[in-house]
Order: sequence, then structure tokens, then C-alpha cells
Amino acid sequence: MKPMLQIENLSAGYGGFQALFDVTLEVRAGESVAVIGPNGAGKTTLLRAISKLIDTTAGSLSMEGVRYNERPAHEVISLGIAQVPEGRRLFPRLTVEDNLKMGAFLPAARAMHDQRLQMVYSLFPRMKERRLQMAGTMSGGEQQMCAIGRALMSGPKLLLLDEPSAGLAPVVVQSIFEVIRKMSAEGYTVLIVEQNIQQVLKVVDRAYLLEIGRIRASGPAAELLASDDIRRAYLGV
Amino acid sequence: MDSIFDIFLLEAVLNGLLLGGLLALLSLGLNLIFGVIDVVWICYAELIMVGMYAIWWLHSAHGVPLMLAFVLAIAFVAALGAAMHHFIVRPVLNAEPINQLLVTGGVLFLLQALATVAFGVEFRNIGVRLPGVNIGEMSFSLSRMVAFGVAAVAIAVTYLFLNRTYMGTAIRAISQDRTIMPLMGVNPSRVYLLTSAMGGGLAGLAACLLVLQYDVHPAIGLSFGPLTFLICVLGGLGNLVGGFVAAFVFAQFISVGGFFLQLEWGYVIAFVFFIMTMFWKPEGLLSKRR
Repeated sequence: MKPMLQIENLSAGYGGFQALFDVTLEVRAGESVAVIGPNGAGKTTLLRAISKLIDTTAGSLSMEGVRYNERPAHEVISLGIAQVPEGRRLFPRLTVEDNLKMGAFLPAARAMHDQRLQMVYSLFPRMKERRLQMAGTMSGGEQQMCAIGRALMSGPKLLLLDEPSAGLAPVVVQSIFEVIRKMSAEGYTVLIVEQNIQQVLKVVDRAYLLEIGRIRASGPAAELLASDDIRRAYLGV
Repeated sequence: MDSIFDIFLLEAVLNGLLLGGLLALLSLGLNLIFGVIDVVWICYAELIMVGMYAIWWLHSAHGVPLMLAFVLAIAFVAALGAAMHHFIVRPVLNAEPINQLLVTGGVLFLLQALATVAFGVEFRNIGVRLPGVNIGEMSFSLSRMVAFGVAAVAIAVTYLFLNRTYMGTAIRAISQDRTIMPLMGVNPSRVYLLTSAMGGGLAGLAACLLVLQYDVHPAIGLSFGPLTFLICVLGGLGNLVGGFVAAFVFAQFISVGGFFLQLEWGYVIAFVFFIMTMFWKPEGLLSKRR
């Protein structure tokens, strides 16, 4: 089967600093894939490059067979790629409802706004209760739900999640991973970046290990979870 | 005697209200631009001056019907606002605030000089003077009432635009987090350009209202530019609701203060109030949380 997102030999960085070297990765439709690795490995940079928030210096990015390296960042979402950025990045002084509305900014998504809003509210009933509250006044877990909901409002084919568990209490982390598991069970295609390796490998199909900007290993999640190298280096067993 | 005094006081309060509407409109555009783009257009009042000249040039010098001249002037100043952003502000968007102030301050002198070269230093008026209106023993200026009504409608339309439409929501959102806007499919440069054009359009509208009350000359921006700026600061720079409230507070000080003393003293009292407020609440009456 042809991959949905295909990344070939990608290099990217910030100014003179190169953060990604020759990264090759693919995500097929309906799959959930994780990129794991230590702090500073380039995981967030990879997602920023996929969303074109930073420019790539070499290699190619393709979505459904269309190369989009040269497109500006604001056109990436119309290819069907939505991102939940690191640290959630909600608009703190907009209501939950307005934050979700921003997710449906594209003309094509506006027509579906009401329908998708109901879908987000049924996925996260808490968001419906809080719809008129300023997003910045909610708890971290609620903000993460709102951020995921905002990305879903565009009706993406591929959802990018950057460290969704960061900074959340353990019980909240559980419920966020439960949501991710539920979404991939419902057929969403998900690419997730996580430091919480043990948890994320239990909810995704496949994973890539990224270290110092390079892919070091890849394979089915269960295989990586069982691998001695990964257990020793990242799971502390 | 007492009741006559009360009626004149009421007249002063109502005139203050009318003035407040106009001041609120003047501060709205400047405040909108600052709130969204984080750059103060020191030359904002000079855009209004350009609009007033545009109306005079079209209507008085070339016989264009007044209403058409108004519409053309608003469109022209809106385009000027967009050009101001594209050519002047965008290159210094990430520069130090002091450099941004100097650049927009430079535009102030440039526009004044260009106006002097093009039209001379004479006071120009369009020869339209609306009559006064007497209600009971109180008298009001019809042009002020028109200005108040138009300003109220413009403010309401701006408010609805910002709160109900997708682009309006994006304008409010971009001031809170500029870097992630592309993730929502928003082109930040386009939002900035549109906001600047809106600010320019509001300046053009203010020009239509002011040209009915005042003669235009190259330095007219100085007579209400500082006032506009102080109102924005008093309300909390970038806070649209704060600016709205501050405009009415300021107008009451000017109008009622002028009633108890003399007109000039009204301004003095208003500025003293401003300075006191800056000591007590330097972030403005309704501060924008950062």
C-alpha cells in the first residue's frame, strides 16, 4: 500500500544548526506511528518540519504522493495535515469555542464547522461544558483535549501530536493515551512524538527511534518494546 | 436658577457623551493595530489628516459629490494603511520598539511635509456646516450627533466582525500566539495587512466625521493625535474595551470640566486625571493581561 505521509532523506535545522540528518519515515493510511527518543533528539523539529514551520534543507516531504517541500506553512493544513503543537499552544484569552473555531479556519472546513464541533464535543464532553471558558484558565489535561479538538476541527487525514503527555499528571496522561488509542481505533491516522516511551508503544502500531537527529531503529511497537537496547536505554529495566 | 444650572450640566454631560463616541472611534483603529501587531502608529492622526485632505480635494476642488468623496477617502486611507504596513512596519516588525516608534514617527513628519507641499499651510474647509439642534433649553451640534451615531455603528460593526467571523477570530488569536497561526491555515502576513487596512479604513471614517466639524491643515493631526494616543494608554494599549471606556471617561472630564471652569481647563483636568491614573495604574484602566 502507498504511504500517506512519506519523508525521504530529510535534513532540517535552525539557522546554522542542523537538527535532523537524512531522516526517512513513512505513515500509511489508518496507521498510528510513534517517533520516540530522548530529549533533544529532534522529535519536535521533525514535526515542525513536516508542518513546514521550519524550512527543510534537503530531502523530500510528500503527502499522498504530492511533494510539498516548497509550500508555505499555512498551506500544509489544506493537504490534510493538522498538528497539536508541543505545549498545546492554545489561545489563552479566547474561549474554548473560539479556539475550536480557529481549527476550522480553512474555507473547506468552515462548511463542516457545526458537524465537527458536535464530534469534538462527543469525544470530549468536558469541552462542551467549558465551551465559553477562556482556554488559558483550564487545567493542563483539559487544554490538551482542546488542542486535540482544535486540530480535529480541520478534518485532517493525518494528525500530528507533539508530546501530548508532557507536563500532565499521571492520571491525566492515562486518559490522553486512552483518547489516542480510541482515535486510532476509529481509523484516524496518527503520528505521535513522545518521551513517554513505555506508554506510547502500547497504543501505536509502529515506531521509529530518533537519536541526535538520526533514525536509529524502527519496527512494530511490540518489537521495540521488547528490544533489549530500548529497554536498557529508555525504560530503565 | 438651580434648574437652569442643572440643564446646562446635563447639556455638558450629553455633549461629553457625543464627544466620547468620536474619541472612541479615533482610538479604535490605533488600538486595534497595536493590539494585533504590537506596533504603535505614532502617525495615526496624520492618516486622518490625509483622509480629510482627500475629501476636500475630491469634493471642494473637483466637485465630486460629498458621499462619494467620503467612500473614496475611506478606501484611499485603508489602502494607505495597508501600504503603511507593507512598506514601513513590516521591515521593522522584529526590531526594537524604539526603532518602530521612530519609523512611524518619521512617517508623521513625512505626511505633514507632503501635505504642506501639496496644499500649503492654509486652513481648508469643505463648506458644509450642519446646523445646531435645540432640545428644550439645551443646544447640540448636529455634526457631533451624526459623528456619535456613525462612530457607534462603526464600533459595533468592528466588534461583531472581531467576534463573529473567522477572520475576526484570527485577528484576536494572532495577537496571542503569532507563530502557530500557520498550523490553522492562517497566513499571518495577510492578517496583519488586513488589520492595517481596517485601521486605515477607520481613520478614513474618522476623517469624514471630523471634516464636518473642523478645517483641515497640515498640522491638524497634532490637535487630536496626542489625545487619541493618551486614550489608548489610559484604557490599556491594545485593549479595545478599555479604550472605549477611556474615551468616554476622557470626554466627560473635558466636557464637564470645561462646564465648571473654562473649555481649556477641561483638557487640563483630563490630562491631570491621565497622569494620576498612570501613577496609580500604569498598565491602564482595564489592563490587557500579558
